[in-house]
Amino acid sequence: MKKANATTGILAMAIIALSVTSCKDKKKEQESQDGHHMEQMEDSGTMEDHSQMDHGEMAMMSSEVIADYLTLKNALVSDDKDGAAKAGEKLESSLKRFDMGKFGDEQQDELRDIVEDATEHAEHIAKSDIGHQREHFDVLSKDIIDLLAITGSDRTLYQAYCPMYNNNKGAQWLSASKEIKNPYYGSKMMTCGEVQKEIK
Amino acid sequence: MKALKLIGIVLLIGFVIIQFFPTNRNQSDMVPITDFMLVNNVPTELEEMVKTSCYDCHSNNTNYPWYNKVQPIAWFLQGHVEDGKAELNFNEWDDYSERRKKSKLRSIVSQVEEGEMPLASYTLIHGEARLSDAEKKTLIGFMTKLKDSL
Repeated sequence: MKKANATTGILAMAIIALSVTSCKDKKKEQESQDGHHMEQMEDSGTMEDHSQMDHGEMAMMSSEVIADYLTLKNALVSDDKDGAAKAGEKLESSLKRFDMGKFGDEQQDELRDIVEDATEHAEHIAKSDIGHQREHFDVLSKDIIDLLAITGSDRTLYQAYCPMYNNNKGAQWLSASKEIKNPYYGSKMMTCGEVQKEIK
Repeated sequence: MKALKLIGIVLLIGFVIIQFFPTNRNQSDMVPITDFMLVNNVPTELEEMVKTSCYDCHSNNTNYPWYNKVQPIAWFLQGHVEDGKAELNFNEWDDYSERRKKSKLRSIVSQVEEGEMPLASYTLIHGEARLSDAEKKTLIGFMTKLKDSL
């Protein structure tokens, strides 16, 4: 009996100790997250009351999406189907994580529509051959351009245009550099296209 | 020889057992007001064509063949129908936003153009669903015009 009591006592103590430490950890984690957040807030520029956020914060929301989009674009430039598929998968998950909660109601409606469409294209890119990947990338690029028109971008981007793609209907894409490297034709026609505008 | 017989019996028993697993049947009498044919001005000929060639997998109502009652065929078909509907559901056309309609139309055109849709495994059995070159042209023309009008 005594032995049993002792065991329960030890067990209880162990549980308490464990839960206390885990509480502490959580608190610490929260603190560090908040600290991080503050830093980024300070970094961001002027306040303009678009929604509940300033421009810098809004642009931050799309940062991950832009990064994955650019990885995808680069894979298509180098005719890398597998790389594009992987990037498509990554983009799909960053789009799903895209947090539009802080945007205004109307903006949210539009963003939801854009993200839903873009997610579907990213999904297809993850499992298609390169011809189809490029087709989806065309519509996806339009989606991302529209998305950035609302959220803004955390970096300078160049909107480029290739007039030949899709039976001469033309297609746009975004790049971090001014230099034309065509994601629709890759090595076949690397320099086809021109910069239409700069997005900041 | 004995082993072969045993394997045969096991397979047969397995086949009988899976017949008792039910599948969800994709069937509905209702045509919602969001249906592609109701919200767009589709020529009768094209309507028949799209319903025959696409609606089995891209709407809420599938015309099941008799062998759909046999497993594992039923599972195979169910998977196709579910995937197809998730991708594009003509019955719910008007629920799509303009952006998504354009996306879907673009995909419809490219899939039909490249002969990827209707699926070869589908037209193998459903000969009537196969699209001739002239039919493809009509369909692509209509869908392209519709896309440009959005």
